[in-house]
Amino acid sequence: MIKVENISKSYDKVEALKDISFEVEKGELLGLIGPDGAGKTTLMRILMTLILQDRGNATMAGFDVVKSYKNIRLLVGYMPGRFSLYQDLSVEENLNFFATVFGTTIEENYDLIKDIYSQIEPFKTRLAGRLSGGMKQKLALSCALIHKPEILVLDEPTTGVDVVSRKEFWEMLKKLQQQGITILVSTPYMDEASLCDRVALIQKGQIMQIDSPSTIVENYTRKLFAVRSGEMYRLINDLRSFEKTDTAYAFGQYLHYTSKNDEVEATELEQYLLEKEHVQLQVFDIEPGIEDVFMELMSGKEL
Amino acid sequence: MKDELLKTETVTETNNKVIQVKNLVKKFGSFVANKSLTFDVYRGEIFGFLGANGAGKTTAMRILCGLSSPTSGEITVGGYDIYKETEKIKKNIGYMSQKFSLYEDMTVSENIRFYGGIYGLSISKRKEREAEMLAKLKMDEVKNKLISSLPLGWKQKLAFSVAMLHDPQIVFLDEPTGGVDPVTRRQFWDLIYEAAANGKTIFVTTHYMDEAEYCDRVTIMVDGRIDALDTPDKLKKQFNAQNMDEVFLKLARGVS
Repeated sequence: MIKVENISKSYDKVEALKDISFEVEKGELLGLIGPDGAGKTTLMRILMTLILQDRGNATMAGFDVVKSYKNIRLLVGYMPGRFSLYQDLSVEENLNFFATVFGTTIEENYDLIKDIYSQIEPFKTRLAGRLSGGMKQKLALSCALIHKPEILVLDEPTTGVDVVSRKEFWEMLKKLQQQGITILVSTPYMDEASLCDRVALIQKGQIMQIDSPSTIVENYTRKLFAVRSGEMYRLINDLRSFEKTDTAYAFGQYLHYTSKNDEVEATELEQYLLEKEHVQLQVFDIEPGIEDVFMELMSGKEL
Repeated sequence: MKDELLKTETVTETNNKVIQVKNLVKKFGSFVANKSLTFDVYRGEIFGFLGANGAGKTTAMRILCGLSSPTSGEITVGGYDIYKETEKIKKNIGYMSQKFSLYEDMTVSENIRFYGGIYGLSISKRKEREAEMLAKLKMDEVKNKLISSLPLGWKQKLAFSVAMLHDPQIVFLDEPTGGVDPVTRRQFWDLIYEAAANGKTIFVTTHYMDEAEYCDRVTIMVDGRIDALDTPDKLKKQFNAQNMDEVFLKLARGVS
């Protein structure tokens, strides 16, 4: 449904995308996961026919992003990172406007947006500029869906949004996917990776890995430990000053630890920390998450 | 429970309270953004301030920074009264927001000079702080580069240091790590830990629930109220949750 072949794009001297290739199947939910500045927005804007690539080709539903941009615009829905609706129009006026632009009506495609729009319908006369963050997000999604697109592209829809609203948003995306819509969504939150069929880990304009979340995690071969003590800040410093340490990073209530060449066992690590008089010490093996993989992949590149 | 605590409180504990908030109410017309908040923050503490969008976090934070006045309530920040001594408060706090903290079209060095001037540092003091800061952040080589040319993570680390340029007692951080890559995000927290270990009080908001675990204590705001306030461990026990993510979901969705 989406096909990207060797796409590169530079802004002056900055290479935003370096020779990127991937495909998205019909009905698939692909997540582009990476921090600010990784190139996610540039890639999406090329696919949305809003900017031109320097090199490479891309097609959306078989249409070339350069030659057939008019066809593409009719069949894609786009939710840009920055809230881009008319702040001085009401909720209903915004939705009507987008429906009319695409030659349809709210009634015609109401089924598709019903679940989402019904939550903000009680406020339909309110100006879009006066909605809360969560409601703006729902309105933007409704507007992106009103012409029944085949492909939905969402640029960081959950950035800066609280955990509860993020969860609700992903539940909405899952429902849309079940209706056959192909979805490309970007996020800086690694914990959202598990909700995608496949994820592309992107950093500095390159895709470091693209696969299902479970395969990505399985491919991680390092020996990883979770470590905890009564004094977490001292623990970080003690671990980092240990000569055999490769990385020691805070992960929620534990630190995740890897040693050089994976040579340290849990017992040795525990012994070292006991000598440093750490109390309430816990050291155990742990399965990696997407974030561990991402950080490991990052360390392989120049930072 | 709370009354008992107040009764047994000793003089030293009071001295260690760097922020004291009692019955803070803030109304905008008929809308009540903060519904009688009461909490204390201690010296050297990393205090996590969490809540859903629109729960009233920013409103409360702006009041504590002296940028907005409360409708009612007794509040002191750094020992200064929030109604009468806002200028003193501003000299004793640092503030960093995700959206804006440094001037993009000025160099690293120019930004430091600018903020040094705002905070009223002498030239020699500023130069001394600048050298210290650039050495610590390993950013000496980029001091003549424009902020706009730096990666986001660098900017955020720099912004944090700039917010502490005048050696404030308390630093307010409003979503400092949003969108930052996972390694830099953790380096940023290293800076927070270090500052707290040096006696700075850190007041921080975040949407990353793993970061809530790094705080000494966490409050969770729901609909203008503080619905929970304790150490991450105790909150997890209280809500029978595996992690802070679950605590948050239970509270904010009212499942508990």
